[in-house]
Amino acid sequence: MLLRGLKIWQMGIKSLLLHPMRSALTVLGIFVGVASVIWLLAIGEGISLSAQKQIEQLGADNVIVRTVKPPDKNASKDQKIIAYGITRADFELLEETIPTIVRIVPIREISRRFSYHGRFLGGRLVGCTPKYYEINHLEIDRGRFLTDSDLFEKKNLCVLAAGTAAELFSFENPIGKAVRVDNQYYVVIGVTKHRNPSAGIGGSFSGQDFNNDVYIPISTLWNRIGDFISSNSGDFPPKGDIVELSQITIQVDQVDHVVETSTLVKDMLARHHKKDDFAVTIPLELLEQARTTRMMFILFMGLIAAISLLVGGIGIMNIMLATVTERTREIGIRRALGAKRRDIIRQFLIETVSLSVLGGLTGILGGLTCRPVTAFARYLLNRAIPEVVEQLPELIQSVEPIIVPESIPLAFGISVTIGVLFGIYPAMRAAAMDPIEALRHE
Amino acid sequence: MIPAVRIENLTKHYHLDGETVRALDSVSFDVPRGDFVSIMGASGSGKSTMLNLLGCLDRPTSGRLFLGDEDVTQLDDDRLSEIRASRIGFVFQSYNLIPQLTVLENIEVPLYYQGRANGKSHNRCRELAALVGLSDRLNHRPTQLSGGQQQRVAIARSLVNDPDFILADEPTGNLDSATTDEILSLLKDLNRQGKTIVMVTHEPEVGEQTARIVRLRDGRLESDQRLISLEEKQAS
Repeated sequence: MLLRGLKIWQMGIKSLLLHPMRSALTVLGIFVGVASVIWLLAIGEGISLSAQKQIEQLGADNVIVRTVKPPDKNASKDQKIIAYGITRADFELLEETIPTIVRIVPIREISRRFSYHGRFLGGRLVGCTPKYYEINHLEIDRGRFLTDSDLFEKKNLCVLAAGTAAELFSFENPIGKAVRVDNQYYVVIGVTKHRNPSAGIGGSFSGQDFNNDVYIPISTLWNRIGDFISSNSGDFPPKGDIVELSQITIQVDQVDHVVETSTLVKDMLARHHKKDDFAVTIPLELLEQARTTRMMFILFMGLIAAISLLVGGIGIMNIMLATVTERTREIGIRRALGAKRRDIIRQFLIETVSLSVLGGLTGILGGLTCRPVTAFARYLLNRAIPEVVEQLPELIQSVEPIIVPESIPLAFGISVTIGVLFGIYPAMRAAAMDPIEALRHE
Repeated sequence: MIPAVRIENLTKHYHLDGETVRALDSVSFDVPRGDFVSIMGASGSGKSTMLNLLGCLDRPTSGRLFLGDEDVTQLDDDRLSEIRASRIGFVFQSYNLIPQLTVLENIEVPLYYQGRANGKSHNRCRELAALVGLSDRLNHRPTQLSGGQQQRVAIARSLVNDPDFILADEPTGNLDSATTDEILSLLKDLNRQGKTIVMVTHEPEVGEQTARIVRLRDGRLESDQRLISLEEKQAS
């Protein structure tokens, strides 16, 4: 029985080798289909996973209130200074009235240039409280983070993010040195570890890098810089914005309370704001959105892959129909020599399945090359058309395909199924031939 | 003794454009074991129809056909395939070897459909190749052989399942006269060794070399002429 099984495959492969080019092209069709299943799923997984990670960095139990610059409805030319955004009063109101709050951090961010001994770096000056450290999952590398007494005494201290420290100090130990911001100096008391960037929420909240930050007590920032940020330094009359807080991050006691809390926050702030100058977002929602997007993505990728497999299958069927017609006489001979209809069906099915299995196996190998090939393609693209690549979203530029383990047996199973599905019709046609007619066929 | 083939009132009608064509009309004869029969007739005489029925490739409209002790008149397609695989050895005018298989593999094909292709059968195929004088061509493809050699392979193939009879359809039709003689003497040798052979031919000089000529005309049995009696054959 085993020997017979072996023999039947050997015969099938012999017949396929009669037309090596034709068989190879048919295999190529399935190869492309199977490899694309694995590739597309891997790329989809890579993109959605890194998006999900970025959102998780925002914290699923957080509610984020951001200042938004209101739309300039009546931007009169004489009104050069606009005041808007969330205020210290808002912060105090929220802190005192919302029961589900575990931590609440007021944040003021300003773009500034930092310098130390002739080195310069543009980055974010972040005024915050000590709780900023926990709420953003920062980790300290050297020294310490800000403390309540720093805040209370409005000290001229700062903590550097990993990137800032590396850029300004390279091999020097920054602790105890003074970093200059505008005309002020801040003594470095600590350096944080590298932290993965978080996702953008849209509106004013673009993705946060965290790596070029300088953290100072928010009280110091208010004291030394104030609320007014000039946008045309030196000119007269002055132009600019007055903003008290850029952001309030609220950590809620339970993930279940996140949605309620955000509604409450929205209602309370709306009562005190006439202008549309704040936005409340919850990363939890984003996370759920990202999951939906991921499903959509997988479905979409799956659809494309399915289409290419279908095309491969049609290729197989096409070839097998041609083969059956071409080998009519052989079918007649085999029938005369005692082959039953099912023997003929089996013979041709084995040929199609051989083709599709071979396509499936090579396709899996092709699919596994996904990562190096993507890296290589990125390298080539960066060299050939860097301008175009730079315009792509960060998520796509840095995508690392992650091969979904299930996609391998899936792709293989589909290729075999396609072999059977698209092989069955040509095989039945072969078996249905009248042996007398088939023998007479020239 | 039961004859190798028994035909009783065998009739085959075809329907062509609403008209009934009587391809065979109530033909009866026996082929005893060890006989060498030519079936002759002009084209349209019913020769091909007789061949298809004897080869179990077709079913008669009426009448009965026995191969050995088995009535094969109304068997289904699968059963007929089994009969072809086990009881009949086919030899065709155009050899009908399978091009992608070697000589040895071609000889083995009928065994394969009986599920009898194994190590032992391999040796048997070798012996048969030697019998028809092709020991040195075992791994050649049909296209690498001459017509006469291909027909020898086909004869070896027809013997591999140890059939009740060999059914040869114009086996010398594509061959020159020298090769025709070779093939005919090979068939005669096999017949002398006890093989029953039924050969369809339209060449009188080929038919004359067999033991008996059955002539068909317009679907009916015209004559049944014995040239050499079975007793004589056994004596020789």
